[in-house]
Amino acid sequence: MKKEGVIIQLKNVERHYHIGENIVRAVDRINITVNRGDFVAVMGPSGSGKSTAMYLIGSLDIPTHGHIFLDGYDISVLGESDLAQIRGRNIGFIFQQFNLIPTLTVKENITLPMSLQGISKEVMEERAKKILEKLELTDRAEHYPNQISGGQQQRVAIARALANDPEVILADEPTGNLDSKTGERVMDVLKKLNKEGKTIVMVTHDHDLAYQYADIVYWLKDGKIEKVSKRK
Amino acid sequence: MNYFLFALRNLKRKGIRSWLTLIGIFIGIAAVVSLMSLGDGLKIAVTSQFGIESTEIISVQAGGSSFSAPGSDVVKPLTKSDVRAINELSSVEFAVGRTIETIKLEYNDVVQITSAVSIDEEYEKELYSIMDIDAEFGRLLKPGDSKKVLLGNNFYNADTNGFDKTLTAGKEILVNGESFNVVGILNKKGSFIYDASVMIFDKDLEELAGYGENVDIISIKVHNKDFISKAKEDIEKLLRERRNVDVGSEDFVVSTPESTLSQVNQVLDAIQIFVIIIASISILIGAVGIINTMTTSVLERRREIGIMKSIGARNSQIFLQFFIESGFLGIIGGAVGIIFGTLIGYFGTLTINNFFGATTLPRINFSLIFFSLLGSFVIGSAAGIFPAMKAARQNPIHALREES
Ligand SMILES: Nc1ncnc2c1ncn2[C@@H]1O[C@H](COP(=O)(O)OP(=O)(O)OP(=O)(O)O)[C@@H](O)[C@H]1O
Ligand SMILES: [Mg+2]
Repeated sequence: MKKEGVIIQLKNVERHYHIGENIVRAVDRINITVNRGDFVAVMGPSGSGKSTAMYLIGSLDIPTHGHIFLDGYDISVLGESDLAQIRGRNIGFIFQQFNLIPTLTVKENITLPMSLQGISKEVMEERAKKILEKLELTDRAEHYPNQISGGQQQRVAIARALANDPEVILADEPTGNLDSKTGERVMDVLKKLNKEGKTIVMVTHDHDLAYQYADIVYWLKDGKIEKVSKRK
Repeated sequence: MNYFLFALRNLKRKGIRSWLTLIGIFIGIAAVVSLMSLGDGLKIAVTSQFGIESTEIISVQAGGSSFSAPGSDVVKPLTKSDVRAINELSSVEFAVGRTIETIKLEYNDVVQITSAVSIDEEYEKELYSIMDIDAEFGRLLKPGDSKKVLLGNNFYNADTNGFDKTLTAGKEILVNGESFNVVGILNKKGSFIYDASVMIFDKDLEELAGYGENVDIISIKVHNKDFISKAKEDIEKLLRERRNVDVGSEDFVVSTPESTLSQVNQVLDAIQIFVIIIASISILIGAVGIINTMTTSVLERRREIGIMKSIGARNSQIFLQFFIESGFLGIIGGAVGIIFGTLIGYFGTLTINNFFGATTLPRINFSLIFFSLLGSFVIGSAAGIFPAMKAARQNPIHALREES
C-alpha cells in the first residue's frame, strides 16, 4: 500500500565543519526530494559527505544552512527532544558496524526503541515476537550480540530499526561489513520492506547493489550532488 | 524505559576498580550506622556507671571540681553541721551526709582492701530509695543495727568475690580487724558503684575510721524536681556563707544530675563529632570516586550513548540512565557499609553489656537502615549528576563515526 507524495526534502542543505582556520563543507548546497516508498541509493567516494547527509536526514545532526522537511515538517528548526522523538518514531537507522548494545540480548535490543517511547510491556512483547519471526531470529532472541554472526547481527539491527514501525529506513553501508552472500540476504530483507511501503535511503559503495535494488541513485562528490541516475 | 534493569546490567560488567572506589562510601556509612546503633547503648552504660538514676538528687562535695577525689585532705571538708543547715532549707526535702573510707575486709583468711560508704541511721529508708536498692539475701540495715555490714552483689559468689568462699547473710567478716555480721547482700544492679559497695552505719564506720564530724558527700533530695536549679542556688548561697567564700571562688561543688549528665554527654558528643567528621571525609572521598568511575564509564560508553540517541533516546533519558546507575553504585557501597555497621553495633552493644554489666538490648534499627540506604543513593546519584550531564549532552555522531 504505497502512499503517494514527498516524504523527505532537502533544500539547499549545507553542513560545515571547522578544522582550525579551515571550513570543511561536508555537505554543500544539496537538494534532494524523496517520494514515499522510494528506494534511494547514495554513492560517492570516501569523504564525499554521504554519511553526513544521512545523519542530517535522520535528524541526528542539524544543517548549518538550508532546510530539511520530513513529511512536510521543517525538522531543521526543532529542539533536541522533538528531534529525539522523530528518531524514535519516524526513522530507523541501520549502520555498517551494526551498533547493537552488547549488554542487551537480541530481543532487548529490539524492544529498546519501544521502551524509550514508553510502550507497555505487553505490546512490546507482542511486537518483538512478530518482528523476530519476520527476520527469522526467533531462536536467537535470548542470545547476546557477540554470540551471533555478522549477518544475524545486521538482521537484528534491521529488526530494531523496525521496532516503532517508522516510515523511513536509513542504512549507512549496511552490507559493508558482510560477505557478498550474507550481504545479499540483508538486501533482500530491505527490498521486501520497501515493497511493503517503507521508504529506504541507503549509502553504499557497491555499484551493482545500488543499481540492482534502488529506484534512484544519487552520486555525491565533495559534498555536492554530481549526478542522479533514475531506473525506469 | 526500565532504568533500573539497565543500571543493574551495566553494574554487572563493572571492573574491580569501580568497586574499590566504593570503599569511601562503605567506611562512611559503616561509621555512621555503627555509631548510631552503638550510641544508645554507650550512653545508657556510661550514665548508669555515674549512678544517675534519680533526677531529683543534688550532691555536694568539697573541692574545686566534681572530679577531685572525695575526702582529699587539702580541701576544707564538709561537716555534719553543713548537712543539718541544708536540711533547714525550704526547697530541700532531706539531706544526708555520706563518708567514704578505705577499709580492710577479711574473710576466709583472705584480706581485701576496698572502700566502705557510711549510711546515716536517721535517713536509711530515704537513702535506699534514692539508690533504688534492695537485698537479694538477708535484709537491708535498719535502725538499731550495730556492727552489721551490707554488701554489694559482687561479694556473694565464691568464684568471683576473691574470698574463694560464698559470702552471704549471717556470715561473720572482719572489717579493719573488728568482727561484723553480714546483714544482707544487695541485688545485682549492673553498675560497679553498687555491686562492689560495702555499706556500714555511720556510727560504726566513724568508730573504725575516726573522721569525726566530717562528711565526703552530701546527697540532697529536693521537694520538687522542677525547682532543682533553685534548690541548687539556695545550697550554694548557704554554703558560701557558712564557708565564707565569694561567688566564683567556691571551694565546693554542687552538682545536679543534669550537670553530671551534660559532662557525660559532652564526652559522648565529642566522640560522635569525631566519628561524623571521619564519616564525612570518607563519604566525600567515596563521592569523588563515584564521579571518577562514572566519568570513565561515560567515556567508555560514548558509542552506546550515540546508538541510544540514534534510536530515539532523549537527553533526559540518557541523563537518567547514568544518574540512576550512579545512585545504585552509592546504594551498593552503602549496603555493605550498613551490614558492617549493624554488625559492629550489635556486637559492640553486647561487649559493652559484658564490660559494664549493663543490659541494653542490641537491636536492629530499620529506619536507620532505610535512611542510610536512601542517603547512599542520594550521595551516589548526586555524584553522578555531572557525568550524567556530560553523557546527555554528548554529540552522537562523533561517537558513531568512530570505527568500533
Ligand atoms: N566531526 C567532523 N569534523 C570535521 N570534519 C568532519 C567531521 N565529520 C566528517 N567530517 C568530514 O566531512 C566530510 C564528509 O564525511 P562523511 O563521513 O560524510 O563522508 P562519507 O562519504 O560518509 O565517507 P565514507 O565513504 O568514508 O564513509 C569528510 O571530509 C570528513 O572528513
Ligand atoms: Mg560514511
